[in-house]
Amino acid sequence: MFNYEKYLRVKKFPHIWCAGCGDGTILKSLLRAVDHLNLSKDEVVLVSGIGCSSRTPGYVDFNTLHTTHGRALAFATGVKHAKPDLHVIVVSGDGDATAIGGNHFIHAARRNIDITMILFNNFIYGMTGGQASPTTPLGAMASTAPYGSIEPNFNVSELAKSAGASFVARTTAFHTGQMENLFIKAISKKGFSLVEVIVQCPTAYGRRNKLRSPVDMLKWQKDHAVPVSAAAKMTPEQLEGKFTTGVLWDIDRPEYTDQYRRLIEKASGQC
Amino acid sequence: MSNKIKPVFVQGNHACVLGALKAGCRFFAGYPITPSSEIAEILAIELPKIGGRFIQMEDEIAAMGAVIGASLTGMKALTATSGPGFSLKQENIGYAVMTEVPCVIVNVQRGGMSTGLPTQSAQGDVLQSRWGTHGDHEIIVLTPSTIPEIYRLTIRAFNLAEKYRTPVILLLDEIIGHMREVLVEYDDADVERIERVRPDCPPDQYLPFKPDETDIPPMADFGSGYRYHVTGLCHDETGFPTNDPVKIDKMMQRLNRKISRYTDDIVEYQLDGNSDAPVLLMAYGSSARSARQALRIGDERGISMSLFQPLTIWPFPETAFQAAAAGKKKIIVVEANAGQMKREIERLVNRDIQVQLIGSLNGEPIHPEKILLAAGEVG
Ligand SMILES: Cc1ncc(C[n+]2csc(CCOP(=O)(O)OP(=O)(O)O)c2C)c(N)n1
Ligand code: SF4
Repeated sequence: MFNYEKYLRVKKFPHIWCAGCGDGTILKSLLRAVDHLNLSKDEVVLVSGIGCSSRTPGYVDFNTLHTTHGRALAFATGVKHAKPDLHVIVVSGDGDATAIGGNHFIHAARRNIDITMILFNNFIYGMTGGQASPTTPLGAMASTAPYGSIEPNFNVSELAKSAGASFVARTTAFHTGQMENLFIKAISKKGFSLVEVIVQCPTAYGRRNKLRSPVDMLKWQKDHAVPVSAAAKMTPEQLEGKFTTGVLWDIDRPEYTDQYRRLIEKASGQC
Repeated sequence: MSNKIKPVFVQGNHACVLGALKAGCRFFAGYPITPSSEIAEILAIELPKIGGRFIQMEDEIAAMGAVIGASLTGMKALTATSGPGFSLKQENIGYAVMTEVPCVIVNVQRGGMSTGLPTQSAQGDVLQSRWGTHGDHEIIVLTPSTIPEIYRLTIRAFNLAEKYRTPVILLLDEIIGHMREVLVEYDDADVERIERVRPDCPPDQYLPFKPDETDIPPMADFGSGYRYHVTGLCHDETGFPTNDPVKIDKMMQRLNRKISRYTDDIVEYQLDGNSDAPVLLMAYGSSARSARQALRIGDERGISMSLFQPLTIWPFPETAFQAAAAGKKKIIVVEANAGQMKREIERLVNRDIQVQLIGSLNGEPIHPEKILLAAGEVG
């Protein structure tokens, strides 16, 4: 059995997450990925903003940084730029990453700085009690969208891809094996990598949107996820209402801290 | 002054860069804004030459975040901005106070609220620099008035930040940021460079927010083997969030005390002129230049005055000021705002003493004649 305790701050439990919340599942896959890659705990920096998902760093025995709402990538950029040898991983909620932190998100991707971002997409503001987020689906209910959301939602992965990320993948809290593999790939990738994980928030989202139990929500994830390979053979009609999973984008582009290292050599006359 | 070092004729923003580099600053993150942009532009050239790191972020909020992130890895880090950008930085400045991350923030003040007067001067951010972020906190703010003072106080800002594990704000204004004077840089051997205290205990015994008798806990660099948690939530000595009122009170009291108990070390001021004169001027930053000029002209005209110039404006040198103000008939507060420090001065002195403001809101320097006129009214 996998020894999670090797990576956990066991004394900090119980965690704050609700029963049935998927955030802990993502944490488990992340720890397995870090273990698989044999990263030293001293060299991993886990950075987050504010939200339920952003509480993740508190529970793990890395260098951990719980910042301000939306700003995790800004702090993470400072850490990575200052000490490029560190493995910098950001965990962020959909509101944190794409509303208040949207600007940092597109610019971190554009710079292609070697940071791995894990976006916990639960379609809602969990921590503050269920307000609409930029990923709340059109028509879905939220405490601030009591008649159903009239705003179109972001496609987070497409956004990262267009902004310049090197690696973009999507999975769900149901697909734990795939999630672990995608984390391994994302962390290994030089450049900005995003893994969007669709995750259940039974308390703030499910309850309002006819997904009564965590099990219903996990089933929903299973039924609506279409692997990219399968999606390629499907018509747009067949894909309606579903989402693709797996590696969505993987290219090699110059990475920011590498570029800066070259700039230092140039400026200091070493080349 | 070393005779090996050639004097340079530089603007205030450039002197700030030279001071920062001399202090050991190796990281800068910023966002362009007049009248501070030269600081970023010069550091973009200079930092990579010495292996330091520069980055232009997507906004001032991000720049402040990046500076805190870099400092957590052990680097001395700087950001520079002006008016609107200073407003944007406030939330993350509070984060640095809460998490005790050393860093330096330069605000080259410009006129007006909102976009205001981008290319003209003001001193309207004195209270914002003190209270701009939410919550009860202490902060250190320095106000130089000449180019050599900018150089010296930039070095001091880094030293105070490291010593007290706190953000330090260097409050310049457009006049001194852009004017040029002669500067003689310090010889390396003459510069005091303070480094944050780092832990020497075994990593598994490290309690990142447990202070010793100094009230200032040792700080480990990320990546150095001391793995710990940093959060802007109220936390206990281990660094983890707590709701325990006893622990919260202990932490909050200490955060304030770790500055207030060292006021004597932190404050710096200059007192000039005739201490027996009935009139005392109080001025800082570019307004101290106007006041100093008034002092000189007053000497020639037989208008006797003294000048109290705080170089640390927060914490304000209260005791020294009260001593200087004792027995005066009138105190003239010279500042390019609507009286932000005047209120502070009224709070500090005996009610018999008249406190008058010579202010300015139009972006222009304060004319010494205005000060002399006010001083001449005293019989
Ligand atoms: C500047 C600021 N604005 C608002 C908040 C309040 N706030 C805390 S968490 C949160 C939303 C969290 O939602 P999300 O990012 O989707 O994460 P989740 O809780 O769902 O994991 C908000 C709005 C804050 N802490 N700071
Ligand atoms: S509110 Fe939602 S996201 Fe937050 S802990 Fe509960 S289930 Fe998880």
